[in-house]
Formats: sequence, C-alpha cells, structure tokens
Amino acid sequence: MAKYFTEDHEWLSVDGDVATVGITDYAQAQLGDVVYVEVPEVGRTLAKGGEAAVVESVKAASEVYAPASGTVVEANGALADAPATVNESPEDAGWFFKLKLADAGELDALMDEAAYRAFVDTL
Amino acid sequence: MSRAAETADPVVIEAAPLKTPLYDEHVALGAKMVPFAGYLMPVQYAGIIAEHQHTRAAAGLFDVSHMGQARLVGPDHATTALALEALVPADILNLSPGRQRYTQFLDGNAGILDDLMVHRPADPAEDGVLMLVVNAARKADDYAHLAARLPAGVTLVTADDRALLALQGPKAVDVMVRLGAAVADWPFMSAGPTRLAGIDVHVSRSGYTGEDGFEISVAENDVVALWRALVADSDVAPVGLGARDSLRLEGGLCLYGHDLDTGTTPVEAGLVWSIQKRRREEGGFPGADIVQQQIRDGAPRLRVGIRPEGRAPAREGTEIQAADGTPIGVVTSGGFGPTVGGPVAMGYVAAGHAAPGTRVTLVVRGKPLPAEVVALPFVPARFYRGR
Repeated sequence: MAKYFTEDHEWLSVDGDVATVGITDYAQAQLGDVVYVEVPEVGRTLAKGGEAAVVESVKAASEVYAPASGTVVEANGALADAPATVNESPEDAGWFFKLKLADAGELDALMDEAAYRAFVDTL
Repeated sequence: MSRAAETADPVVIEAAPLKTPLYDEHVALGAKMVPFAGYLMPVQYAGIIAEHQHTRAAAGLFDVSHMGQARLVGPDHATTALALEALVPADILNLSPGRQRYTQFLDGNAGILDDLMVHRPADPAEDGVLMLVVNAARKADDYAHLAARLPAGVTLVTADDRALLALQGPKAVDVMVRLGAAVADWPFMSAGPTRLAGIDVHVSRSGYTGEDGFEISVAENDVVALWRALVADSDVAPVGLGARDSLRLEGGLCLYGHDLDTGTTPVEAGLVWSIQKRRREEGGFPGADIVQQQIRDGAPRLRVGIRPEGRAPAREGTEIQAADGTPIGVVTSGGFGPTVGGPVAMGYVAAGHAAPGTRVTLVVRGKPLPAEVVALPFVPARFYRGR
C-alpha cells in the first residue's frame, strides 16, 4: 500500500481506490493529550481541503481537512470512547476515516514518507 | 490539520518575550515553551493529563515567576490598609497579621480590573506593609493604577527581583516539611517567612488548583537552587500552564481575561464571599453602589459551572442557549477535566437559568449539544483548614 503525507500532517494509506486517513505521529506529539475526536459520517462527500474531522487536545480544538476528495466509506467509531488511541497509535489504530477517492490524481501532489520526514525536520 | 491556539491566552508579542530565571531549567526538563503574558513559559513537560493527575495525587511544581509581586509601604497598618481599601472591596483593615486575602481591583462600574492576593506580614517590624501578588498580564496596569491613586505617605515598591513558585497537591506539605519549612500547621491563607532547602523564602498556604499547597516567593538569585531541590523530591513533578489551567477550571477558580474582566462585577462572578460584611455595608470602594445593589436585588447574570453531555469539550466563546434556543450566555472557560474525566466549562448565564440542574444547550461548531448547569467546583477543594 502506498502511503502519502500532507504538509498539514495528515497521512493517507491507499489500497486500491480507498484511502485510510489519520494524523501523523508528529501531529499527535504537537497536540498533546487527545481527549475528543469527531469523525465524519459514512456517506459524506468531502472536497479536498474541506473540513473533515475535529481533533481536540486538553487545550485546543484543531480541524482536520480532507487531504483528497471523495466519499467517506468508514469512520473509526472506536475513537469516540478511546480518543487517546490517536496519541498511542497515530498511524495505525488511531486512523480517522476511510475515503473512496474521487480522483487518484490528487495524490500526485502529496509527499511520500521520506519527503515528509525531511519536511518535518525543517519545522 | 490546522493548529488552534496553543495556550488559553496567547499574547501577541512585539518585543522579545521575557524569560523567568527558570527558563533554562524548563528547557532542560523538556518543556514545550509558549508565549504567555509577554513571557516564554512552559505549557507542558511530560503531558498535560499526567501533570494534572500528578498534582491531584502528589505534588506539582509550577513556575509562576511571571506574576507580579509588590509591596505597599505606609507608616502603619491602618493607613496602608485604607489606601488599598479605596481600590478593592475586601476588608483589609481587619486582615490579621500573617493572613492573606483574595480581592479585586474594581473600576467605577464595579468592573474587575484584576484579581489579586493581599498578605499582611506577621512581623511587627513590618507594620504598615501589605504584600500583593497580581496577574502577569495585568501587572503594569495594576502598578500604574495603584501609583496614581495612593495617598501621600503610602508607596508602591515592586519586587521585580523576586521569583514565585507554587507547590500544589496533597503531598505538598510533606515535601515542604522534608525540605525544612516550618509550615505543617499553617492553615489555608496564612503566610510568612521560613527557610526551605536552606533558602530564605516567603510562603503562603494558598494556590490556584483547589488542592492544599503553597506559593513560595524567593529571591531570583536563589530560585534555580530552590527549583532543583524541589524537583529532586520523588513526590514532585514540574507542571506547566496547560495543567494549571485544567486544575483551576476543575477547581471553579476564575482566570482573569476569561472569567473576569471589566465587564464583570464580583457579584456576577460569584465572588461575594470575598467582600466581607463591613465593606458590603460601608461601601467606599469603586463601584460600591452597583455591588451593593446587586447583592440586594441580584445580578442580571451569574457565573455557573456547566457539564456538557458526551465528550466534546465546549471552549471559551461557545454560545449557551436555553432549552428553547434563546441565547442566554457564553462559555468563558472550557475544556477537558482530567479528574472529572470529561468536558467541563464555566460561563455566564442570565440569572433565571443559573440554578444547578437547569438544562441548557451549547452550540459547538454549529451543533447544539445538551448540557446542564452544575454547582462549582467540579472537584471539591482540599484546602488545609487546620486541626
């Protein structure tokens, strides 16, 4: 599976035309303790760059924007009862939602893992 | 992902931010430093929830050196006390030696300019001195306000060479005693000089977490040594502004600039307890007519605790509606309460909706969320009242 990253610290793991989306380990470390996650409803259509989810730490709420256009096919309901999963396993069990991609070509503009790590090192 | 504000009250800094004498200690302990009230301060070390829980279970150590420490110096207690009473509603005249009181600087509309602690030294040689601790973001304004209004013979002396630590939690007293401070039997809101880890300090049994604890004033040249002696104790963990905020919110304590400001009176804020009977009757402080009228007839709006249902926190600025959708107020502090284990908030509502048990609606990101007005504090205070 190909994995892509955005400058807004989301990751997408792409299997066929479905991308699993979450926030990166860097992002969760910056946020601190995650206490609430609001994930999008299944069936919702997301436009690239539109608001897709909300992640709240003790201190602040942050919006998560859709890193690509598509339709939500699954949401991680387990985060409602265990939001700290985002801290413990940000790039695995702490995924937010799965998106059926509308245009796989949108992925070309995103970073691969090496490029993302290099990007984080500049921050 | 976009980052929202990191701290409760980020202040845009045009000049270089100030650092407390403990800046290098914070960085060495891995703190995340953020601008706050003109200073670079630690927002967290290990993590906000862990630091919050450690404070409730053992002892948390806070650097609060950014706060303002000052002395009012007059010829005798009555002269100095009456000079301050012209600006605050508390009874300072009858403040006993060695005791501290919480009060507010008020403007002519009974709006709150700042809240502060006032301590009368026990030492007879210091008769006529009052020690003040004010908020960091307000200290320059407070000092100007005081300096312009003090009568001849009473002077304001700022103590910019003093640092301030807070040690808070059920084991704070044990730590203090282990390090040699003779404070074991001091009741809540008493204060005086002692020695801690071999260093001369001025201590009050007070704080802003709802826990038993101490605020420790120390010469800035000694504060690094004192900080190191305290963090070396196995019961002590350093705690940043993040957990300071969640602890004081659970404690139902007001934060200036959020729950208190010039648009808020002490009666609306639920601070009538800090206005002693003599001052309520006699007045003689700015806005006294409004305070007396609100005590007599009730304030139009009141500060309340709010428990949102579910897990979504309601942040500062969230609109509060009555069950029928009528706007009745706004959240002034809101977030996640680690000890409560869920979202908690404080805000102001129209007086008719302030009774605990009242159902209200919070509008969070455009969505109505059910919530309930509850009694404050969210976590019962554990101040030491003496044996």
